[in-house]
Amino acid sequence: MKQMAVVSGKGGTGKTTIVASLAALACGRAVFADCDVDAPDLHLLLSPKVAAKKPFYGIKKAFIDADRCTQCGSCQEACRFSAIDDYQVDLDRCEGCGVCKLVCPVEAVQLRESLGGHAFISDSRFGPMVHAQLYPGEEASGKLVAMVREMAREVAAARNLDLVLIDGSPGIGCPVIASLTGVDLALVVTEPTITGEHDLKRILDVTGHFGIDTTVCINKYDLHLAGSRRIEFLCREREVLVAGRLPFHSSVIEAMVQGQTVVEIGGPVAAAITVMYNVLSEKL
Amino acid sequence: MKISVASGKGGTGKTLVATSLAASRAVSTGKRVTIADCDVEEPNSYLFFPDRSLLSEQQCLVSVPVFDEARCSHCGKCADFCAYQAIAVLPQTVLLFPELCHGCAGCNIICPEKAVSESTRSIGEIFRAASGSATGRVQIVWGELAVGEARATPLIKAVKDKAAGNDWAKGEAESDSLEGKETIVDCPPGTSCTMVESVRDTDFCLLVTEPTPFGLYDLDIALKVLEKMKIPSGVLVNKSGIGDRKVYGYLEKRDIPMLMEIPLDRKIAEIYSRGEIFALKMPEWQERFARLMERIEEMAA
Repeated sequence: MKQMAVVSGKGGTGKTTIVASLAALACGRAVFADCDVDAPDLHLLLSPKVAAKKPFYGIKKAFIDADRCTQCGSCQEACRFSAIDDYQVDLDRCEGCGVCKLVCPVEAVQLRESLGGHAFISDSRFGPMVHAQLYPGEEASGKLVAMVREMAREVAAARNLDLVLIDGSPGIGCPVIASLTGVDLALVVTEPTITGEHDLKRILDVTGHFGIDTTVCINKYDLHLAGSRRIEFLCREREVLVAGRLPFHSSVIEAMVQGQTVVEIGGPVAAAITVMYNVLSEKL
Repeated sequence: MKISVASGKGGTGKTLVATSLAASRAVSTGKRVTIADCDVEEPNSYLFFPDRSLLSEQQCLVSVPVFDEARCSHCGKCADFCAYQAIAVLPQTVLLFPELCHGCAGCNIICPEKAVSESTRSIGEIFRAASGSATGRVQIVWGELAVGEARATPLIKAVKDKAAGNDWAKGEAESDSLEGKETIVDCPPGTSCTMVESVRDTDFCLLVTEPTPFGLYDLDIALKVLEKMKIPSGVLVNKSGIGDRKVYGYLEKRDIPMLMEIPLDRKIAEIYSRGEIFALKMPEWQERFARLMERIEEMAA
């Protein structure tokens, strides 16, 4: 079984659009995992039917029993996250470390599991899909990403599928690292803007840091040809393969509005994604 | 007055809006405005101020435990306590995985041998720069998370603290820098802890979306976060003209103010892709952003 993650440093470069089209092309041989758990959008294009739902318990949270509390203030003093004020826990700030419970002389503090979201196993028109929804503002998105990936591997093994296709989140922090750990190939989607180029360098540093075989896709390459040339040069310098060059075209948004993938409605972007799919398949 | 600029979906134009707001305000009023770029994983705001001069650069330090092997009895209590699995106690040695450590100091408190002490390590850098005259009196504070680091929230906090500081520039009176302090916080995409940390304690949040199914879906989640945090908000629709009309219906139905629309315009996109602030190149937009800032001030008051 192979795993491929589609990531980008900068947001909005087209990860989900591309993953959905790759899913259509890999129909019947892959499981799709949406690991952008706090802004998941892949389901809007693949319209999956949920077959199973699993609760996700993120970090524990501290609760102070007011009846037991003697208001000694030890917890407040020990908390490194400024999460205790007036002998009450600010749940938004609590990171569930348990130090307040440890220092409380009268056992007034409890740590409780808190429901942080859900993960789903679903069936889409191109094959099984695992996705999730973190509750608004929750922590531990990396832990939920790890759970989604674990479920996706189980589904792939159970159904004898040879590819897990991962839709990652923007950035380079915890959820991105969780999406990239142990994959066989990363596809970084970028665009020829000054910000796209800057963010590409950072995410290439990350995939390099973890020793992940990486390829690049330049989306909307024709919007700024000089910028695209700079990206091509950067990739050559870093010995990273540019696996695809997608033109800017209205079919991308048209498809999104219809809840379809770009390859289903056709056009120049669909053709370019198909070429890229073949390059990536060969790499894998 | 602190205004955050956020969005659920990435790439909707947060940085475009944050830099335009700050520069338009600074140029049209002569006031100084601070941009706090809290997208520390991929900071971009400073790129739009090529005439900036760097004022300071410092490491963002977080607490980490140090284990005194001579005292350690390898009882394993610290590893059992650690909620983040950042410690592994082997028969002969203690291993720390620093990227997982939240710096709670629980291991220090629980150790029966007093073998744990505290040290610090850097997870990234904080920069402060002042823009040149072409972009008004804008101060840019940004953080850059080190590659391989997972936890961005301590650095986000540090960036906001730095932006709130009074060390504007050498030679300026402290009282002067306290007058009319205005900060625009450029937030990371998403709706999880990094976004929460960035919008926290801001007086108003401007959510930037695009009129597409992805934009609307993620806007809805972001609005739920702000509602929970009781932060007043309004919406700016960027790239209008693409997609569909659903976002407008959504806003109308919920009585959420739509504060501005920026059309998908090749000229704007080209100026942005070169790393320039389009509002300063197109005077009618500078005017609009200055007015938007005034409207937000009224709404936040």
